[in-house]
Amino acid sequence: MQVAGNGRRSIRCGAAFALVVGLWCVVPAGAAQTPNSCINCHSAQTTERLRQPAIRYPDDIHAAKNVSCTDCHGGDASRGFTENDPRLAHSRSKGYRGAPRPEAIPELCARCHSDVEYMKNYSPKLRVDQLLEYRSSYHGKALAKGDEKVATCTSCHGVHGILPASDTRSPTYKTNVAATCARCHADPDRMAPYGIPTDQLALYSASIHGRKLLEEGDLAAPTCNSCHGNHGATPPGLTSTSEVCGECHANNRDFFNQSPHKDAYAEMEIGECVTCHGHHDIQHLTDDKVGVSSESLCIECHAEGEPGYQTAAGIAAGLDSLKTMLAIAHERLERAERGGVDVALGKFDLHAADDALIKARTAVHYFNPEKFNEVISAGLTETENVIGHGDAALWDLKLRRIGLAFAIPLILFVALMLVFKIRQIERRKPIP
Amino acid sequence: MNQSRIAAWLDERLSLSALSDLARKKQVPMHRHSLWYYLGGMTLFCFLVQVISGIFLLLYYRPTAEAAFESVQFIMTDVPFGWLVRSIHSWAANLLIFFAFVHMFSVFLLRGFRKPREITWVSGAMLLFLSLGFGFSGYLLPWNQLAYFATKVGTDILGQVPLVGGWLLEVARGGEDVTGATLTRFFGVHVAILPMITTFFLLTHLVLVQKQGMSVPIGPEYKTCRQMPFMPNFALRDLVGWTLALGLLVLLASLFPWELGVKADPLASAPAGIRPEWFFVFMFQTLKYIPGKVLFIDGELIGIAGFALAGLALVLVPFLDRRASREERGALFTAIGWIGIGYIILFTILGYVA
Repeated sequence: MQVAGNGRRSIRCGAAFALVVGLWCVVPAGAAQTPNSCINCHSAQTTERLRQPAIRYPDDIHAAKNVSCTDCHGGDASRGFTENDPRLAHSRSKGYRGAPRPEAIPELCARCHSDVEYMKNYSPKLRVDQLLEYRSSYHGKALAKGDEKVATCTSCHGVHGILPASDTRSPTYKTNVAATCARCHADPDRMAPYGIPTDQLALYSASIHGRKLLEEGDLAAPTCNSCHGNHGATPPGLTSTSEVCGECHANNRDFFNQSPHKDAYAEMEIGECVTCHGHHDIQHLTDDKVGVSSESLCIECHAEGEPGYQTAAGIAAGLDSLKTMLAIAHERLERAERGGVDVALGKFDLHAADDALIKARTAVHYFNPEKFNEVISAGLTETENVIGHGDAALWDLKLRRIGLAFAIPLILFVALMLVFKIRQIERRKPIP
Repeated sequence: MNQSRIAAWLDERLSLSALSDLARKKQVPMHRHSLWYYLGGMTLFCFLVQVISGIFLLLYYRPTAEAAFESVQFIMTDVPFGWLVRSIHSWAANLLIFFAFVHMFSVFLLRGFRKPREITWVSGAMLLFLSLGFGFSGYLLPWNQLAYFATKVGTDILGQVPLVGGWLLEVARGGEDVTGATLTRFFGVHVAILPMITTFFLLTHLVLVQKQGMSVPIGPEYKTCRQMPFMPNFALRDLVGWTLALGLLVLLASLFPWELGVKADPLASAPAGIRPEWFFVFMFQTLKYIPGKVLFIDGELIGIAGFALAGLALVLVPFLDRRASREERGALFTAIGWIGIGYIILFTILGYVA
């Protein structure tokens, strides 16, 4: 009866397990918690600086992940409050280290954030190279040289109320980044020793990128760290600007790198994209900035008679011809649509033609007449196709109008004949 | 074989002379309200236009979520005169419902429903409801964004019916949501089920109208009014009206072709200002004004129950207006009629303006 014996044992084990689980369930949740002396004491402090950590910590992402005060500050959180003796909590023998100095902060955070195995417990996709990045940054290098004024982890992420960057309240949330950086970079006193300007936030806020992100809430628009990096924040070098901008404007970068401007700019030691577009104050460029008009940027470098001048004039003429044809295509389709003709297929092709103008504006960065004209020719072919749709639709509309002009008098004539017929009948045989 | 011999051959087998005698003998009273007699014929004309244009559309239309929109687009752009046929179908549908409402209210106010025309009225009321059913089911068929969401909102109302609401909703939609299954179902209803039922009520209505003739309003002044022969005098006048209505349809369809809109995308958010077709707007607007809860009952449910009762009362009008059956003109039903007209106009306008 081995089987029966095993069965009884299984039942006994099961009952014991159920008892343990049952008891665990009936014990109040709070009963198992150890009192946190750090929070209890600091909540009761009258000095704001000492009270703040206890007030802010419950909202901290670390609190949510069960990272306690002692994990960063050391000490013993189970003692001190009931005994009314803070020295028991602040025990050096228990590793108490108090508030870390700025130069110690990156290493302190990195104890967990650079530990691949440990961070996997929280988020397998979280990066763990922040310390390496930071050490390569301007901030990190200056800190290593003993400059304690530069930004460390807590300067941007905050302290005791740290929120994930995905939280809209976080200083590192995309729409808050510019203001976070500006806390130091817009402060003239703080920036004076470094000799760097303090108008970046003002320029960025008025730029196309700033307006998109800060006014329209378009999270695809870049902010400070999109170009400078975050933990490894460094100003991009002259010849690497196009790589930075090319992170988003990939075709513009590729075309520029193939253009005669690439080597010329490097030789002249001038910035790549920024020479025409600016950097923090990048604006939406209009087509009149290309060409040889008084508004053009090209003529700032290319004088009349130079090949570059001719190229600029050719590019402007190409853009103008495509825009003129597109305007005709739009007008014809709209006129046919207002007349009630279905122009869905024409409008579908019109999207492709509109895209051709965007491609052409991008192809300006070839600064090469042959390559640019290839794109313009393709766009003109697309646009002529749409104009064909528009003409067919307008012809259809004309036919409808002609048909209507015949149909309505014919119908009225039939109605009139019927009225005459009724009169004729009623003249012959009047209604009594 | 000449024409008279063919007629004689057919008459011998189908007794057609009985029908033509009926039409020849029929007299139409002539008085100051005679104009309203043309409304029924006008509604019938629109119905015939719907049948003919609908059959043409059926040759190209494909009732699936994948192909419906494209097939209507094909009709509008590639089929010769397809745009005209589809626009006439859409405009005639709206005119049909407009004329059906006007016809119903004119008969109501002139007490045309009284004995012995109770069945004519009941069949007419059923035809009005069927026309609304045609309008509702046909609206979804082009499978465009507006129609999709209007149908979603419209069928949602069915789900409010107590006990059987969920079941009704699933039956109407062919599932939990408005999908291709709903489209196929609405198509079946639009081109098979409703036409079959309509044929029965329409034949009943027309045979009774021909057999009993036009109703004369209540009052001694109408007892002795002149009579116009239905054939050919009234029928020719009807034909003038039909010809002008055809002209109006061609004009509307040519100058204001019915838009197709954007293909339905169930994952897109509902377009702003979504509302049903104009003939449902007064009901839709009423439901908006009813509070969420009236005592402990759901407000929308009260609205739906109210419309159901109003519909039932409309069918039963000949049996409710006892004074009319005694050939007496009562102020109550006249007031109800005018209040009904005022209410529909006011709430339709509010639906578009508010």
